[in-house]
Formats: sequence, C-alpha cells, structure tokens
Amino acid sequence: MKTVPAPRLRAVLSPLLGALSILLVWQFLMPALGVPAYILPTPLAVAQKFADEWRFLLENALPTIVESLAGFFLGNGVAVLLAVVFVMSRTLREAYFPVVLVFNTIPILALAPIIILIFGLGMLPKVIIAAVICFFPTLVNMVRGLNMASSNEMELMHVLSASRREVLVHLRLPRSVPLLFASLRIAATSSVIGAIVGEWIGANQGLGALIIQSTFNYQSDRLFAAVLLASALGLLYYAIVAAVEHRLVRRPG
Amino acid sequence: MTQTSHAGDEAPAIHADGLAVGYRGEDGSASTVLADVALTVGRGEFLTILGPSGCGKSTLLRAVADLLPPLAGSLSVLGGSAEAARLRREVAFVFQEATLLPWQTVRRNVELPLRVGRGAVTRPVEGDADAWLSLVGLSGLGERYPDQLSGGQRQRVAIARALFCNPSVLLMDEPFGALDEITRDRLNDELLAIWRRTGTTILFVTHSIMEAVYLGGRVMVLAAHPGRVQEIVDLAPLKDSEGRSSREAPETIAVMAHLRALLAKGAVAA
Repeated sequence: MKTVPAPRLRAVLSPLLGALSILLVWQFLMPALGVPAYILPTPLAVAQKFADEWRFLLENALPTIVESLAGFFLGNGVAVLLAVVFVMSRTLREAYFPVVLVFNTIPILALAPIIILIFGLGMLPKVIIAAVICFFPTLVNMVRGLNMASSNEMELMHVLSASRREVLVHLRLPRSVPLLFASLRIAATSSVIGAIVGEWIGANQGLGALIIQSTFNYQSDRLFAAVLLASALGLLYYAIVAAVEHRLVRRPG
Repeated sequence: MTQTSHAGDEAPAIHADGLAVGYRGEDGSASTVLADVALTVGRGEFLTILGPSGCGKSTLLRAVADLLPPLAGSLSVLGGSAEAARLRREVAFVFQEATLLPWQTVRRNVELPLRVGRGAVTRPVEGDADAWLSLVGLSGLGERYPDQLSGGQRQRVAIARALFCNPSVLLMDEPFGALDEITRDRLNDELLAIWRRTGTTILFVTHSIMEAVYLGGRVMVLAAHPGRVQEIVDLAPLKDSEGRSSREAPETIAVMAHLRALLAKGAVAA
C-alpha cells in the first residue's frame, strides 16, 4: 500500500521538485540550444565555482554582510525613533512628515551617487544607503502602528489617568509590534539591496563590486555565484526576523 | 451648616443641574447630544439608564468619566469635578467591548491600573488581582490570554479590572449588550451580588427594558431628538432583599409596559 504524503511534507516537496525541474531544463536545454557558457553558465558550473572559490566569495560577502546589517539597524532604529517623535508631537509631525514623504520619492539609485559623493568610498556610504532603503517602510508602518489603538483603548487609558508616556509604553508600542515586524521582513531583504547598490557605484570589494566586475569580465559563473550568495543573505536575514517575531509575538488561540 | 472641607464626604455620588453634554468641534462649535439633565444619584445607588439610540446615554456616562467636558450647566462627581474624581481614580468605566489588551494575560490586564497613572493617581488599589478574578468567577484563569476566553468571561475580566481600582462610582456602558441572554442573566445576578458587597454606586446604560428593571433601584428614561430626560422611575417597590426585581410579578410587568410606552414616545421627535 502506498502512503499518502502528509500535507506538510507535500508543501515542502512541491516547490523543491518545481525548482529541480527548472534546474534540469537549465542544465541540459540551454547548452543544447547553443546558449554560450559565458552568457548563461549551467547550474553545475555555478556549483563548481562555489566549490573552487568559496573563500574568495566569502571574503567578498563579509563587507556586504557588515554594511547591510549596520544599515538594517541604523535605518530601522532611526525610523522607530522618528515615528515615536511624530506620534508624540503634532507640531513636528505636521512640519516634517510631509517633507520625509517627499524625500522618499527620490529613487534610491539616484540618491546613491550623492551619498557616495558626500561620504566617500568606505563602508559608511553603503551603510547609509542600506539604512535609507530600510527607513521609509518602517517609518510609515510605525506611524500607522502607533496610531492603531482603538478609541475604546485610548478612553480606558484616559479614565485610568495614564500619562502620554504610559500610553506610549503600555498601549501604542505593543499595538505597533505586528506592523513593525511586517516592515522588518521587508527591510531584511532590502538592506542587502542597499549595500549592493552602494558597492556597484564605488567599491573594490563586496558582493556588489564582484557582480559588476564579473559582468564586465564575462565571468558569468562567478557572477551567478555572487548573485546567489546575495539572495541567500536576504533569505537568512528574513528567516532571523521571522524567528525573532515568532518568539516575541504570541499567536492567537 | 457643614464645613465645606468635609462636603466631599457627604456629597452625593453624582449631582447634575441644567447639564448639557455633547461634542465640541475643533473650531469651538458645540453639538449638544443631551440637554437639561437634572439628576442626583446617592452613594451606593444603582441607577439604570434606558433610552433609544442617539439619546445621549453613553455621552452622559462619558461626561461623568471626564472623557467629555460638560457644555453647559453643572456636574459634580463625589462633590468635586469629574476630573478630580478621575485623578483620584474614584470612577471606573466598563465599555461595551471588554477592551482587554490582547498581548497580556488576564491577570496582567486586571493589574493594568498598577502600571498606568503612576504620576497622577495616589490612591491605592484594592486587594489583589486574583481576589477580584475569583469574585467575578474566573479564579484559576489568570494566566490565560483574552482570546482564550468567551465573550462573557472577557467582560468579567473588564469588571474585575474596574473593581481593582476600588471605585466609588462604576460606569457601565451596555456591558452585556453583546452577550447571549443566558450569560447576560447570570452576569446580571453576579453584578447585583458585587454591588451589594462593595457598596459601589453604579450607573448602568442598557437597551434592554428587562435588564434596566431587574438591576436598577431607579431607572432614568431618556428621549432622543433632541436628547432629554423623560422620566426617572423609582423601582424600589419591585425589589426583593437581594436588590432584584421579580421578572414575572404583575407589578414588574406593569412598570415594563410603562417604560416601553415612554421609550416609544421618546424615540420620535418631540
């Protein structure tokens, strides 16, 4: 008798089989169609590159990791602080929230050269670009989250004579946690994008620099390895954020 | 004449004269919901408030809780302003929704009054959270979360939280309105038991004529369009030793018919 796979197993197996089928087609069909290896390397060639150059790849991943992590904490930290300031002070919110929102319409790719110009070629400008990318979704979500308390909850706090600070600590901040984590999940992957964009424009190490250099040198196997590594980095951050959220936020039921 | 410094102790729980309540817009314009309220509620009294939608039942409670400033007339709570009573935390409020913080346990919810108002409130709370939880029939459920409780249990937690403040005046805005009838009847009996035990003054807003008659020592009937007091009916003749009204006695039926007629009259424009 055959055993029917449990739904969970099926949920894991299906995408794995899907990915495997695409890799197989890529491995055998693309060379058969005459696509040259310097344009599109086969999956096995990319895997071989990982085996040969893992030390070199990790050396280049390290600055990207440092920049994206620092940008993640800087951007989200400033966003949360500013959201609290905007919620506590109507004057500051009315004066600066629109300015910040307009600032957000500048494409990050247009902003990046300016940041490099100001802060030079070291790690700092990359950290700042990553921070800027993380900043806006978190600011907007936090301002919304801090205002999510219901009117009943606000009235309860008033009847209990709670101060504005107590309302912030005991009601507004806990209420905003789900929205904060929603934006931290976004920031997990976008912080890596920010660091790489910064490295494109001016760096001689890091995954972004590696991507640019191997593109110009037709080292497509190395290019693909760097891209995969960048993607894995975003996924790892996402998993860490999800794990922290799972520990901190109680699920209903 | 009594000394004014002691007036607070002898003053009625609520005294309103020519009171108008409503909302004030940002431009200063006032929209009156309920006007010309003359009312004195003695200490330890159980007053139910009955009226059609839009008559200002909730608005009146909110003025007593210092959630809205009076638009006209005078309102004193325990001999002083509503704000002073709130700052002494002598007034507690139970909303129609239990309004529990879902990220905290039942016990932490009851203990919320310990964590807020620390700068403003100097009066101590009464007893401990577990004692109040067992009084409202929830002993042993302190470590649960609100979403693990039924609607009736959540409302009991809200009542325990209000009682934890040791209030002299308990304001209840349709607290059992969303519950099924069996749960509602049981909570009515428990509320009467708590009222007799604590001696708290209770103002209880409801849509239900039966509930208003069963619980109240007096029932204040409001009319809508415009909001005004129609009649205050004394229910003392209906009461047994437990403070309840018999649900089947002919006198109760007669009072309920009278209230129903008042409500029908008050729902249409005067």
